[in-house]
Amino acid sequence: MIEMLMVSIGGFSGAVVRFAISKQLNAKSKSDLPIGTLLINLTGSFLLGFLWGLKIKGHMYSLCGIGFMGAFTTFSTLQLEAEESRRLGKKFVFIRYLTYSYVGGITLAFIGSSVGRLFL
Amino acid sequence: MIYVYVGIGGVAGSLLRFGISSLVGAFTVGEYPIGTLIINLSGSFLLGWISARYVKPKIIKPEVAGLITSGLIGSYTTFSTFSVETVKLMNNGNWLFALSYVVCSLVGGLMLVRWGLLTGEAGSRNEKNAV
Repeated sequence: MIEMLMVSIGGFSGAVVRFAISKQLNAKSKSDLPIGTLLINLTGSFLLGFLWGLKIKGHMYSLCGIGFMGAFTTFSTLQLEAEESRRLGKKFVFIRYLTYSYVGGITLAFIGSSVGRLFL
Repeated sequence: MIYVYVGIGGVAGSLLRFGISSLVGAFTVGEYPIGTLIINLSGSFLLGWISARYVKPKIIKPEVAGLITSGLIGSYTTFSTFSVETVKLMNNGNWLFALSYVVCSLVGGLMLVRWGLLTGEAGSRNEKNAV
C-alpha cells in the first residue's frame, strides 16, 4: 500500500515536471529536434542509472525510481515525435533524434551507474 | 490548472506501469525485460491512436488531452527504465538480449506508433463521412 503511494507521489511530480520542462524548451528552441523530450530522457536515464548504481531499494526506489524517473522520462512521446518528423520528410532530424536518444540514453545510464557506484 | 490534470494522469499511468510490470514479472522467468517492452509498445500505439483520433481533430478539451497524453500515456511508458535495463543486460554479458531489446523497442515502437496514427486517422475520417 505504501509502495503504491510512493509510486503515485513520484508519478505525479515526474509527469508535472516533464510537462513544464518540455513546454518551456519546445517553445524556446529554434532546433527541429524535440529538445525538451530529448533532454528529459537523457537526464532521466543518467539519474535512474545513478540510483541503480547507488543500490537504492525499498520505498525510496518506488518514489524516485519507479515513480518519478519512470513518469519523468517517456518512450511513447519520443516514438511519436520521431514518426512525425519522418512524415514531414525531415529524415535527418528523424535519424539524429533517435540516435541521440538511444545511444545517449544507454551511455548515460551506464555513466550514471558508474558514478553511483563511486559513492558506495 | 492543466498541471493538475497532467499530474493526475501521471499517477494513473505510473500505477498502471507498476501493476503491469509486477504482474509480468511474476509470470515470467529470466532476465528479458518483457514487462517494459509490452508497456512501451502498447503505449506507443495508444499515443498514436489517441493523437490522431481525438487530439488533432480537437474532439477533446486541452485539459483532457493533457491528462491522457502527457499525463497517463507519457508516464505509463518510460525511457529511463529501458536505458537502465539495457545496461543491466550488457553488464551481465547478455549481448544478444540487449541488442534484441533495443531493436524491438526502437523498431517496434515506430511501427506501433505509426499503426496507431493510421488507425486513428481512419477512425476520424469515417466519423466525418458518417456526418
